[in-house]
Amino acid sequence: MTTAVLFGCCAAITVGIGLYGVAVHAHPLRIILSFNVASSGLFLLFGAIARRGAGAGFGGDPVPQALIITGLVVAFAATALAVVLLLRLAEASGAATLEDDPPDGGSV
Amino acid sequence: MTARLLDVGLVLVVLGMAAWIIVARQTVAAVMGFVAYGLLLSLVWLRLGAPDVALTEVAIGGGLSGVLMLGAAGRLRGVWQPPSEPGFPRRAVAAALSAVVVVGLVVSLLSLPDPPPTLALAAAANADATTIGNPVTNVLMAFRAMDTMLEKVVLLLALIGAWSLAPDRFWGGRPGQCHRADPNGPLAFLARVLTPVGIVVGFYVLWVSAEYPGGAFQGGTLLAAMWLLVMMAGLTDAPPTGRRWVRLILIAGPAVFLLVGLGGMLLGDAFLAYPVAWAKPLILAIELAMIVTVAVTLGLLMAGVPERSARE
Repeated sequence: MTTAVLFGCCAAITVGIGLYGVAVHAHPLRIILSFNVASSGLFLLFGAIARRGAGAGFGGDPVPQALIITGLVVAFAATALAVVLLLRLAEASGAATLEDDPPDGGSV
Repeated sequence: MTARLLDVGLVLVVLGMAAWIIVARQTVAAVMGFVAYGLLLSLVWLRLGAPDVALTEVAIGGGLSGVLMLGAAGRLRGVWQPPSEPGFPRRAVAAALSAVVVVGLVVSLLSLPDPPPTLALAAAANADATTIGNPVTNVLMAFRAMDTMLEKVVLLLALIGAWSLAPDRFWGGRPGQCHRADPNGPLAFLARVLTPVGIVVGFYVLWVSAEYPGGAFQGGTLLAAMWLLVMMAGLTDAPPTGRRWVRLILIAGPAVFLLVGLGGMLLGDAFLAYPVAWAKPLILAIELAMIVTVAVTLGLLMAGVPERSARE
Protein backbone atom coordinates (compact mmCIF):
# COMPACT_ATOMS: atom_id res chain seq x y z
CA MET A 1 0.00 0.00 0.00
CA THR A 2 1.55 3.31 -1.06
CA THR A 3 1.53 6.52 1.00
CA ALA A 4 -1.05 7.99 -1.39
CA VAL A 5 -3.43 5.05 -0.97
CA LEU A 6 -2.99 4.94 2.83
CA PHE A 7 -3.79 8.64 3.32
CA GLY A 8 -6.40 8.48 0.55
CA CYS A 9 -8.32 5.84 2.53
CA CYS A 10 -7.89 7.99 5.67
CA ALA A 11 -9.37 10.91 3.71
CA ALA A 12 -12.34 8.84 2.52
CA ILE A 13 -13.17 7.74 6.08
CA THR A 14 -12.83 11.36 7.28
CA VAL A 15 -15.40 12.44 4.67
CA GLY A 16 -17.74 9.73 6.01
CA ILE A 17 -17.23 10.83 9.63
CA GLY A 18 -17.97 14.45 8.69
CA LEU A 19 -21.11 13.57 6.72
CA TYR A 20 -22.35 11.46 9.65
CA GLY A 21 -21.88 14.49 11.92
CA VAL A 22 -23.79 16.77 9.53
CA ALA A 23 -26.68 14.28 9.52
CA VAL A 24 -27.00 13.61 13.26
CA HIS A 25 -26.32 16.98 14.87
CA ALA A 26 -29.04 19.55 15.55
CA HIS A 27 -26.70 22.23 16.91
CA PRO A 28 -25.73 24.64 14.06
CA LEU A 29 -22.15 25.11 15.31
CA ARG A 30 -21.69 21.32 15.44
CA ILE A 31 -23.01 21.07 11.87
CA ILE A 32 -20.49 23.71 10.74
CA LEU A 33 -17.72 21.76 12.52
CA SER A 34 -18.84 18.47 10.93
CA PHE A 35 -18.99 20.10 7.51
CA ASN A 36 -15.41 21.29 7.99
CA VAL A 37 -14.32 17.73 8.88
CA ALA A 38 -15.96 16.43 5.69
CA SER A 39 -14.37 19.15 3.55
CA SER A 40 -10.93 18.55 5.08
CA GLY A 41 -11.33 14.90 4.06
CA LEU A 42 -12.10 15.93 0.48
CA PHE A 43 -9.04 18.20 0.36
CA LEU A 44 -6.96 15.34 1.75
CA LEU A 45 -8.28 12.99 -0.94
CA PHE A 46 -7.29 15.53 -3.59
CA GLY A 47 -3.86 15.80 -1.90
CA ALA A 48 -3.39 12.03 -1.98
CA ILE A 49 -4.20 12.06 -5.71
CA ALA A 50 -1.72 14.96 -6.15
CA ARG A 51 0.87 12.80 -4.38
CA ARG A 52 0.46 10.13 -7.06
CA GLY A 53 1.47 12.75 -9.63
CA ALA A 54 4.86 13.38 -8.01
CA GLY A 55 7.52 14.09 -10.61
CA ALA A 56 10.24 16.46 -11.84
CA GLY A 57 11.73 16.44 -8.33
CA PHE A 58 8.51 17.70 -6.68
CA GLY A 59 6.88 15.78 -3.80
CA GLY A 60 3.50 15.99 -5.54
CA ASP A 61 1.76 17.55 -8.52
CA PRO A 62 1.96 21.32 -7.73
CA VAL A 63 -1.22 22.25 -9.64
CA PRO A 64 -3.67 20.33 -7.39
CA GLN A 65 -1.67 21.48 -4.36
CA ALA A 66 -2.21 25.12 -5.35
CA LEU A 67 -5.91 24.41 -5.98
CA ILE A 68 -6.14 22.90 -2.47
CA ILE A 69 -4.64 26.05 -0.93
CA THR A 70 -7.19 28.18 -2.79
CA GLY A 71 -9.93 25.76 -1.69
CA LEU A 72 -8.89 25.96 1.96
CA VAL A 73 -9.11 29.75 1.87
CA VAL A 74 -12.54 29.73 0.22
CA ALA A 75 -13.78 27.10 2.70
CA PHE A 76 -12.59 29.31 5.56
CA ALA A 77 -14.42 32.32 4.10
CA ALA A 78 -17.63 30.28 3.92
CA THR A 79 -17.14 29.00 7.48
CA ALA A 80 -16.59 32.51 8.81
CA LEU A 81 -19.76 33.73 7.07
CA ALA A 82 -21.75 30.78 8.47
CA VAL A 83 -20.50 31.49 12.00
CA VAL A 84 -21.41 35.21 11.92
CA LEU A 85 -24.85 34.32 10.49
CA LEU A 86 -25.37 31.89 13.39
CA LEU A 87 -24.25 34.44 15.99
CA ARG A 88 -26.55 37.09 14.51
CA LEU A 89 -29.44 34.61 14.46
CA ALA A 90 -28.82 33.70 18.11
CA GLU A 91 -28.68 37.37 19.04
CA ALA A 92 -31.88 38.22 17.18
CA SER A 93 -33.95 35.19 18.24
CA GLY A 94 -32.31 34.20 21.53
CA ALA A 95 -31.92 30.60 20.35
CA ALA A 96 -29.10 28.91 18.43
CA THR A 97 -31.34 26.74 16.29
CA LEU A 98 -32.70 26.61 12.77
CA GLU A 99 -36.13 25.44 14.01
CA ASP A 100 -38.91 28.04 13.81
CA ASP A 101 -40.21 27.21 17.25
CA PRO A 102 -37.51 25.93 19.62
CA PRO A 103 -38.99 23.05 21.64
CA ASP A 104 -38.20 22.53 25.31
CA GLY A 105 -35.39 20.31 26.46
CA GLY A 106 -32.38 22.31 25.31
CA SER A 107 -29.66 23.55 27.59
CA VAL A 108 -29.30 27.24 28.40
CA MET B 1 9.20 0.20 7.72
CA THR B 2 9.40 2.63 10.64
CA ALA B 3 8.08 5.41 8.40
CA ARG B 4 5.14 3.18 7.38
CA LEU B 5 4.33 2.42 11.03
CA LEU B 6 4.43 6.15 11.84
CA ASP B 7 2.12 6.85 8.89
CA VAL B 8 -0.38 4.26 10.09
CA GLY B 9 -0.18 5.72 13.61
CA LEU B 10 -0.78 9.23 12.21
CA VAL B 11 -3.82 8.00 10.26
CA LEU B 12 -5.27 6.39 13.40
CA VAL B 13 -4.79 9.57 15.46
CA VAL B 14 -6.33 11.72 12.71
CA LEU B 15 -9.37 9.43 12.43
CA GLY B 16 -9.74 9.30 16.22
CA MET B 17 -9.65 13.09 16.44
CA ALA B 18 -12.18 13.44 13.59
CA ALA B 19 -14.50 11.04 15.44
CA TRP B 20 -14.01 13.01 18.68
CA ILE B 21 -15.11 16.26 16.97
CA ILE B 22 -18.40 14.54 16.06
CA VAL B 23 -19.14 12.58 19.28
CA ALA B 24 -17.88 15.01 21.97
CA ARG B 25 -20.77 16.01 24.22
CA GLN B 26 -19.58 19.57 24.85
CA THR B 27 -19.35 21.97 21.91
CA VAL B 28 -16.22 23.60 23.36
CA ALA B 29 -14.54 20.17 23.64
CA ALA B 30 -15.40 19.49 20.00
CA VAL B 31 -13.85 22.82 18.94
CA MET B 32 -10.68 22.03 20.93
CA GLY B 33 -10.57 18.72 19.08
CA PHE B 34 -10.91 20.61 15.78
CA VAL B 35 -7.82 22.73 16.58
CA ALA B 36 -5.77 19.60 17.37
CA TYR B 37 -7.17 17.95 14.24
CA GLY B 38 -5.96 20.89 12.09
CA LEU B 39 -2.44 20.56 13.52
CA LEU B 40 -2.43 16.77 12.90
CA LEU B 41 -3.64 17.31 9.32
CA SER B 42 -0.65 19.55 8.65
CA LEU B 43 1.59 16.56 9.51
CA VAL B 44 -0.35 14.50 6.95
CA TRP B 45 0.22 17.25 4.34
CA LEU B 46 3.96 17.07 5.04
CA ARG B 47 3.85 13.30 4.50
CA LEU B 48 2.01 13.90 1.21
CA GLY B 49 4.88 16.12 0.01
CA ALA B 50 2.84 19.35 0.27
CA PRO B 51 4.60 21.71 2.76
CA ASP B 52 2.80 24.77 1.31
CA VAL B 53 -0.57 23.18 2.04
CA ALA B 54 0.69 22.17 5.51
CA LEU B 55 1.45 25.84 6.31
CA THR B 56 -2.01 26.90 5.11
CA GLU B 57 -3.66 24.12 7.12
CA VAL B 58 -1.87 25.20 10.33
CA ALA B 59 -2.86 28.83 9.71
CA ILE B 60 -6.52 28.08 8.92
CA GLY B 61 -7.45 24.71 10.46
CA GLY B 62 -5.37 25.01 13.61
CA GLY B 63 -5.50 28.79 13.98
CA LEU B 64 -8.21 30.98 12.47
CA SER B 65 -11.08 28.45 12.37
CA GLY B 66 -10.33 27.34 15.94
CA VAL B 67 -10.32 30.89 17.30
CA LEU B 68 -13.46 31.73 15.31
CA MET B 69 -15.44 28.72 16.62
CA LEU B 70 -14.15 29.01 20.19
CA GLY B 71 -15.31 32.62 20.18
CA ALA B 72 -18.68 31.56 18.75
CA ALA B 73 -19.11 28.77 21.34
CA GLY B 74 -18.37 31.32 24.06
CA ARG B 75 -20.88 33.85 22.72
CA LEU B 76 -23.60 31.19 22.40
CA ARG B 77 -23.47 30.59 26.16
CA GLY B 78 -26.71 31.85 27.63
CA VAL B 79 -28.87 31.35 24.54
CA TRP B 80 -31.07 28.32 23.95
CA GLN B 81 -29.12 25.51 22.28
CA PRO B 82 -30.58 22.32 20.86
CA PRO B 83 -29.57 19.11 22.65
CA SER B 84 -27.15 16.87 20.75
CA GLU B 85 -28.82 13.50 21.29
CA PRO B 86 -30.24 12.13 18.04
CA GLY B 87 -32.30 8.95 18.21
CA PHE B 88 -30.96 5.54 17.26
CA PRO B 89 -32.78 5.19 13.88
CA ARG B 90 -31.40 8.53 12.68
CA ARG B 91 -27.87 7.60 13.74
CA ALA B 92 -28.08 4.18 12.07
CA VAL B 93 -29.32 5.60 8.76
CA ALA B 94 -26.68 8.37 8.82
CA ALA B 95 -23.92 5.84 9.56
CA ALA B 96 -25.07 3.52 6.75
CA LEU B 97 -25.26 6.33 4.18
CA SER B 98 -21.86 7.71 5.25
CA ALA B 99 -20.35 4.21 4.92
CA VAL B 100 -21.67 4.02 1.34
CA VAL B 101 -19.91 7.32 0.53
CA VAL B 102 -16.66 6.05 2.11
CA VAL B 103 -16.76 2.81 0.10
CA GLY B 104 -17.48 4.76 -3.09
CA LEU B 105 -14.52 7.09 -2.49
CA VAL B 106 -12.13 4.22 -1.68
CA VAL B 107 -13.22 2.28 -4.79
CA SER B 108 -12.71 5.31 -7.01
CA LEU B 109 -9.33 5.98 -5.35
CA LEU B 110 -8.18 2.42 -6.09
CA SER B 111 -9.40 2.53 -9.69
CA LEU B 112 -7.50 5.70 -10.67
CA PRO B 113 -5.49 5.42 -13.92
CA ASP B 114 -1.91 4.21 -13.77
CA PRO B 115 0.48 5.88 -14.57
CA PRO B 116 -1.21 8.93 -12.96
CA PRO B 117 -1.67 12.06 -15.06
CA THR B 118 0.49 14.90 -13.77
CA LEU B 119 1.28 18.52 -14.55
CA ALA B 120 4.50 18.45 -12.47
CA LEU B 121 6.67 18.16 -15.60
CA ALA B 122 4.90 21.08 -17.29
CA ALA B 123 5.28 23.19 -14.11
CA ALA B 124 9.01 22.39 -13.98
CA ALA B 125 9.50 23.08 -17.69
CA ASN B 126 7.94 26.56 -17.45
CA ALA B 127 9.57 27.63 -14.16
CA ASP B 128 12.16 29.69 -16.10
CA ALA B 129 9.45 32.07 -17.31
CA THR B 130 9.03 33.57 -13.83
CA THR B 131 12.45 32.69 -12.25
CA ILE B 132 10.51 31.46 -9.19
CA GLY B 133 11.73 28.14 -7.79
CA ASN B 134 8.73 27.10 -5.66
CA PRO B 135 6.35 25.33 -8.08
CA VAL B 136 3.26 25.95 -5.91
CA THR B 137 3.94 29.72 -5.83
CA ASN B 138 4.41 29.55 -9.59
CA VAL B 139 1.00 27.91 -10.04
CA LEU B 140 -0.72 30.29 -7.58
CA MET B 141 0.79 33.52 -8.87
CA ALA B 142 1.42 32.82 -12.57
CA PHE B 143 0.00 29.66 -14.15
CA ARG B 144 -3.38 29.85 -12.42
CA ALA B 145 -3.28 33.43 -11.14
CA MET B 146 -6.99 33.87 -11.96
CA ASP B 147 -7.91 31.41 -9.16
CA THR B 148 -5.84 33.31 -6.64
CA MET B 149 -7.34 36.65 -7.64
CA LEU B 150 -10.90 35.33 -7.36
CA GLU B 151 -10.06 33.72 -4.00
CA LYS B 152 -9.21 37.16 -2.63
CA VAL B 153 -12.53 38.48 -3.99
CA VAL B 154 -14.32 35.63 -2.18
CA LEU B 155 -12.64 36.63 1.11
CA LEU B 156 -13.82 40.19 0.53
CA LEU B 157 -17.37 38.98 -0.23
CA ALA B 158 -17.41 37.03 3.04
CA LEU B 159 -16.43 40.21 4.90
CA ILE B 160 -19.14 42.23 3.12
CA GLY B 161 -21.59 39.48 4.04
CA ALA B 162 -20.58 39.72 7.71
CA TRP B 163 -20.83 43.51 7.73
CA SER B 164 -24.23 43.47 6.07
CA LEU B 165 -25.60 41.66 9.15
CA ALA B 166 -24.96 44.74 11.29
CA PRO B 167 -28.01 46.53 12.72
CA ASP B 168 -28.65 49.76 10.79
CA ARG B 169 -27.53 52.05 13.60
CA PHE B 170 -24.09 50.38 13.75
CA TRP B 171 -23.41 50.40 9.98
CA GLY B 172 -19.83 51.58 9.50
CA GLY B 173 -19.17 51.16 13.24
CA ARG B 174 -16.56 49.17 15.08
CA PRO B 175 -16.78 45.35 14.86
CA GLY B 176 -17.07 43.07 17.89
CA GLN B 177 -16.97 43.99 21.52
CA CYS B 178 -14.39 46.22 23.14
CA HIS B 179 -11.59 44.21 24.78
CA ARG B 180 -10.52 45.55 28.13
CA ALA B 181 -7.42 43.94 29.59
CA ASP B 182 -4.91 44.87 32.29
CA PRO B 183 -2.33 47.10 30.50
CA ASN B 184 0.37 45.58 32.70
CA GLY B 185 -0.98 42.00 32.51
CA PRO B 186 0.58 38.97 30.83
CA LEU B 187 -1.56 39.28 27.66
CA ALA B 188 -0.46 42.87 27.06
CA PHE B 189 3.15 41.82 27.70
CA LEU B 190 2.84 38.95 25.21
CA ALA B 191 1.28 41.28 22.63
CA ARG B 192 4.15 43.77 23.01
CA VAL B 193 6.92 41.16 22.78
CA LEU B 194 5.49 38.75 20.22
CA THR B 195 3.96 41.19 17.71
CA PRO B 196 7.23 42.65 16.26
CA VAL B 197 8.62 39.12 15.85
CA GLY B 198 5.38 37.90 14.28
CA ILE B 199 5.33 40.77 11.76
CA VAL B 200 8.90 39.99 10.67
CA VAL B 201 8.10 36.26 10.36
CA GLY B 202 4.93 37.06 8.38
CA PHE B 203 6.84 39.04 5.74
CA TYR B 204 9.62 36.43 5.78
CA VAL B 205 7.09 33.69 4.94
CA LEU B 206 6.02 35.80 1.94
CA TRP B 207 9.59 36.57 0.83
CA VAL B 208 10.90 32.99 0.92
CA SER B 209 7.86 31.66 -0.95
CA ALA B 210 9.74 32.38 -4.20
CA GLU B 211 12.03 29.43 -3.48
CA TYR B 212 10.69 27.63 -0.39
CA PRO B 213 7.27 26.80 1.13
CA GLY B 214 5.34 29.92 2.13
CA GLY B 215 3.16 32.51 0.49
CA ALA B 216 1.21 35.73 0.74
CA PHE B 217 -1.84 34.11 2.34
CA GLN B 218 0.16 32.23 4.99
CA GLY B 219 2.15 35.39 5.80
CA GLY B 220 -1.01 37.50 5.84
CA THR B 221 -2.61 35.08 8.32
CA LEU B 222 0.36 35.56 10.67
CA LEU B 223 0.01 39.35 10.41
CA ALA B 224 -3.74 39.06 11.09
CA ALA B 225 -3.02 36.89 14.15
CA MET B 226 -0.64 39.55 15.50
CA TRP B 227 -3.25 42.27 14.95
CA LEU B 228 -5.89 40.17 16.73
CA LEU B 229 -3.48 39.60 19.65
CA VAL B 230 -2.91 43.34 20.02
CA MET B 231 -6.69 43.95 19.87
CA MET B 232 -7.45 41.22 22.43
CA ALA B 233 -4.82 42.63 24.76
CA GLY B 234 -6.71 45.93 24.66
CA LEU B 235 -3.68 47.83 23.29
CA THR B 236 -5.66 48.95 20.26
CA ASP B 237 -9.28 48.83 19.11
CA ALA B 238 -10.73 47.50 15.87
CA PRO B 239 -11.11 50.41 13.42
CA PRO B 240 -14.60 51.60 12.41
CA THR B 241 -15.52 49.66 9.27
CA GLY B 242 -16.64 52.85 7.53
CA ARG B 243 -13.18 54.48 7.50
CA ARG B 244 -11.80 55.20 4.04
CA TRP B 245 -8.30 53.81 4.76
CA VAL B 246 -9.86 50.50 5.89
CA ARG B 247 -11.84 50.20 2.66
CA LEU B 248 -8.84 51.17 0.50
CA ILE B 249 -6.61 48.51 2.11
CA LEU B 250 -9.37 45.93 1.71
CA ILE B 251 -9.50 46.41 -2.06
CA ALA B 252 -5.75 47.06 -2.57
CA GLY B 253 -4.81 43.39 -3.16
CA PRO B 254 -7.48 42.51 -5.74
CA ALA B 255 -7.09 45.99 -7.35
CA VAL B 256 -3.32 45.62 -7.92
CA PHE B 257 -3.95 42.08 -9.19
CA LEU B 258 -6.60 43.36 -11.64
CA LEU B 259 -4.43 46.26 -12.84
CA VAL B 260 -1.49 43.95 -13.53
CA GLY B 261 -3.87 41.55 -15.28
CA LEU B 262 -5.32 44.29 -17.50
CA GLY B 263 -1.77 45.51 -18.18
CA GLY B 264 -0.98 42.04 -19.50
CA MET B 265 -3.89 42.45 -21.91
CA LEU B 266 -2.67 45.86 -23.13
CA LEU B 267 0.88 44.63 -23.67
CA GLY B 268 -0.43 42.02 -26.07
CA ASP B 269 -0.51 38.54 -24.59
CA ALA B 270 -3.54 37.90 -22.42
CA PHE B 271 -5.28 38.82 -19.17
CA LEU B 272 -2.83 38.19 -16.30
CA ALA B 273 0.06 37.42 -18.68
CA TYR B 274 3.24 38.95 -17.25
CA PRO B 275 6.01 40.22 -19.61
CA VAL B 276 8.81 37.69 -18.99
CA ALA B 277 11.44 40.27 -18.00
CA TRP B 278 9.05 41.80 -15.45
CA ALA B 279 7.43 38.63 -14.09
CA LYS B 280 9.27 38.47 -10.76
CA PRO B 281 8.88 42.17 -9.75
CA LEU B 282 5.22 42.19 -10.83
CA ILE B 283 4.46 39.04 -8.82
CA LEU B 284 6.24 40.54 -5.82
CA ALA B 285 4.19 43.76 -6.13
CA ILE B 286 0.94 41.75 -6.23
CA GLU B 287 2.02 39.65 -3.25
CA LEU B 288 2.98 42.69 -1.14
CA ALA B 289 -0.40 44.32 -1.80
CA MET B 290 -2.11 41.00 -1.12
CA ILE B 291 -0.40 40.25 2.21
CA VAL B 292 -1.64 43.58 3.65
CA THR B 293 -5.14 43.09 2.25
CA VAL B 294 -5.30 39.48 3.52
CA ALA B 295 -4.13 40.54 6.99
CA VAL B 296 -6.74 43.32 7.32
CA THR B 297 -9.54 41.24 5.74
CA LEU B 298 -8.92 38.27 8.04
CA GLY B 299 -8.50 40.49 11.10
CA LEU B 300 -11.83 42.24 10.46
CA LEU B 301 -13.57 38.96 9.55
CA MET B 302 -12.47 37.50 12.89
CA ALA B 303 -13.49 40.69 14.73
CA GLY B 304 -17.03 40.11 13.45
CA VAL B 305 -20.18 42.13 12.81
CA PRO B 306 -20.14 45.86 13.62
CA GLU B 307 -21.78 46.16 17.06
CA ARG B 308 -20.72 49.60 18.24
CA SER B 309 -20.94 53.08 16.75
CA ALA B 310 -17.77 54.57 15.24
CA ARG B 311 -17.37 57.07 18.12
CA GLU B 312 -17.45 54.50 20.90
